[in-house]
Amino acid sequence: MTSLWSRVEPLLARVRKPARYIGCEDGAIEPRHGQGKVAWLLAYPDVYEVGLPNQGLQILYEILNERPDAVAERTYAPWVDLEALMRERGIPLFSVDTHRAAGDFDVIAFNLSAELVYTNVLNMLDLGGIPVHTARREPTDPVVVVGGHAAFNPEPLADFIDAAVLGEGEEVVGEINEVVRAWKASGRTSREGLWRELARIPGVYVPCLYDVVYEGERTVSITPRFADVPATVTKRTVSDLAQWDYPRRPLAPLTEVVHDRLAVEVFRGCTRGCRFCQAGMITRPVRERPADQVRTMITRGLERTGYNEVSLTSLSTADFSGIEDVVSSIVPDPTACGAPTVSLPSLRVDAFTVGLAAKVASGRRSGLTFAPEAGTWRLRKVINKLITEADLYGAVESAFANGWSRTKLYFLTGLPTETDDDTRGIAELAAGCVAIGKKYTSRASVTVSLGGFVPKAHTPFQWFGQNGVDELQRKINLVRGAASRGVQVKWHDPRASLAEGLASRGDRRVGRVIERVWRDGGTFQEWSEFFVLDRWLDAAAAEGLPVEWFTTRHRTDDELLPWEHLSAGLHRDFLWDDWRASLDEHGLPDCRWTPCYDCGVCTGDGLEHVVASPVPPAGGSQGTGQDLALGGDVPVVVRV
Amino acid sequence: MKIRLSYSKIGKIRFLGHLDTAHLWERAFRKAKLGVAVSAGFTPRPKLSFGLALPTAGESLVEVLDVVLDPAPSGERDIDDLAPRLSAVMPAGVVVTGAWVAGPQSIQEDVVATTWVLAIDRPAVEVQSRAAELVAAPEIWIERERKGERRHDDIRPGIFELRTDFDPSVLPADWRSEVSASALVEAVVTTSGRGVRPTELVDALFPGDEPWNVMSRVIRTHQWIERTDAPCAPFSVRARKELSHEQRIAVG
Repeated sequence: MTSLWSRVEPLLARVRKPARYIGCEDGAIEPRHGQGKVAWLLAYPDVYEVGLPNQGLQILYEILNERPDAVAERTYAPWVDLEALMRERGIPLFSVDTHRAAGDFDVIAFNLSAELVYTNVLNMLDLGGIPVHTARREPTDPVVVVGGHAAFNPEPLADFIDAAVLGEGEEVVGEINEVVRAWKASGRTSREGLWRELARIPGVYVPCLYDVVYEGERTVSITPRFADVPATVTKRTVSDLAQWDYPRRPLAPLTEVVHDRLAVEVFRGCTRGCRFCQAGMITRPVRERPADQVRTMITRGLERTGYNEVSLTSLSTADFSGIEDVVSSIVPDPTACGAPTVSLPSLRVDAFTVGLAAKVASGRRSGLTFAPEAGTWRLRKVINKLITEADLYGAVESAFANGWSRTKLYFLTGLPTETDDDTRGIAELAAGCVAIGKKYTSRASVTVSLGGFVPKAHTPFQWFGQNGVDELQRKINLVRGAASRGVQVKWHDPRASLAEGLASRGDRRVGRVIERVWRDGGTFQEWSEFFVLDRWLDAAAAEGLPVEWFTTRHRTDDELLPWEHLSAGLHRDFLWDDWRASLDEHGLPDCRWTPCYDCGVCTGDGLEHVVASPVPPAGGSQGTGQDLALGGDVPVVVRV
Repeated sequence: MKIRLSYSKIGKIRFLGHLDTAHLWERAFRKAKLGVAVSAGFTPRPKLSFGLALPTAGESLVEVLDVVLDPAPSGERDIDDLAPRLSAVMPAGVVVTGAWVAGPQSIQEDVVATTWVLAIDRPAVEVQSRAAELVAAPEIWIERERKGERRHDDIRPGIFELRTDFDPSVLPADWRSEVSASALVEAVVTTSGRGVRPTELVDALFPGDEPWNVMSRVIRTHQWIERTDAPCAPFSVRARKELSHEQRIAVG
């Protein structure tokens, strides 16, 4: 294995932001390659600034490098300018740590946090000189693995990967390492032998070991090809976060990245039960990190990185039992380096939460973001985001009263049962927020950010036919037309939502569409300057696949979904009943503090919620004031 | 008390841009547990000021920054301690070379000229003759962009010296061996106004070529401070001597 640095170096003065490619970050680990070790290349299929902060990748980087039988380096998608120069000169994809060629690694593991990056996965493999089709790879080629949230429906990538990992990676990477090490030691004979061994690891899915039969558009069967290959692959879950205080040496980049601060994960999982939210469904149950450990990770992380800002991450940080305790213990550093700023992403919409944010905010209060997600209480019951108008106005009032002058509201449009009244309700809520703000400052402004809803696998909305481009655009225009003075409306391109829908709920045949889009030059599809919907539509047409069948069509209970053999632990019946309940506008309370409604995750996995507090945090369930101690309203009939 | 620090930036780290380098310094002071004073006001800013921007991909033996520490160093020993403490928390390639109490002038006002050594990937004879031609030329017009507009500028008045026969001993041995196949050119150029950039010198030497295809490396070896009002005449050896007798920012 040799470094490509001497060939890469002369190109860097000619490309934008060359610091993306030099490594040298704080926390970077000097890799020690050697005989008998499995060499991993951890790959993020988007540009460095987006990929570097990714916590999953940082955690695995450290865990693997701590093993005596493994070594891990990192790579990110080279930006188009460098890629062009590399292809011109035949320089393959390289790691940023020691600039080794991708093909010199035993395993390439991609982190998939979104679906539109799939074309970049193919591009990076190809740039690495690795055949994009699994079937064409030789035993000497690296093993291609994917993980991350999008890997819960890896079917569109089935032809291009050796394996997908469902769920959390801390434990399973070690098991994969053992299998690959044994395979290497035995002389790397056939790939099929490796696949069979990988498929025996819980949570590891090897697509080529399953036969999928289609009739017309429909999937009719998904069958393991061998008796020892599981009919259903179930996700992996780390039961106790306290045992995994990673990253211990967080990566602090030299160049500016999207989340340029220390991140400390305070809990995993969320049982708020928002029906549109894939993350909330697939990461259950809730597992909190002990408050003491959070404090240690903050102190240690700030010291090592020199950051003066820490973000306490989770899907809803104000729900962390120890939140007030942790926040109040972050005091000014005695060495006069000043008190670190604490940022709380994913704020719950209530006044308590804003009070908390005010306590930790630094002098400058630019903007505060809330996500009511839908414009009316009716629709919020449909999506189970149980925030009343009073909650939102209370939160906004508190924000302006505490010195913030800008608020940003996130909404989804194109939700199930959404009427034009619901859509216009977005503008009305925003107008209400501006009116509150004007009481405090003439500079009060409210930004509405609209995203087109894309249904995801393993959620109650997986059966819902998403809105098409025209319908989403019409709804966006409705909000824009109804927006009053002081309200700024921003929106996500509805065309990108359609392509995302195709990749999110696609089956194996959609892989051919992804390949065509990539071959046609469609990389960096998350970037508006490179996204062209026609590429996707033309590719689907060329493959004879009707896009609307995958995207805007409602599914029925009897349909075999392409990810039916993959499980996030949620009972299919629970998801279906929750879907029906949503159409009846029934909400479902948070099961952390109410009796279990058996979604399947805890009972199936022998897990339980790890929550330090037996009562809901101040502010109640999402600030609704619902008396959850009395059991609340559980309208969903769950068949077990 | 304003402390002036000098540092070198050599190797891979040269691809880190000026702004990112500034952020790196902010984190470095915190890592070294050195408090930086902040400005008063609603949005306090650390009292750090950086000298001339080093172009991304350019290297340097003499970068400077001014900082007000809080608490202030309590004596010479504290000040001498700064260089090793800060070097220890900087990434490979950045070495703090000196620390001293700065005068009242800002770095930007102080520095009037800078010396570059360019490693040019062209035959030495060709480089020598091109350099001689430029020295003899009364005007050197190049096209450059300013505020989004293409315009022609005469950079000749901004070039004080340009030569291929110079004493390379100031250059680090590693650096010299890495560019052993290239022809070296030393240039002293103005830093006032728009200044003259190394890529612009290459453009003047070899018009029409992409500068970074011609020049493989470039390193700043001196920043010159002028204490008298003596004007710097282009290519005047006297001018350089005049500059030399004034404070010369410490080199490695």
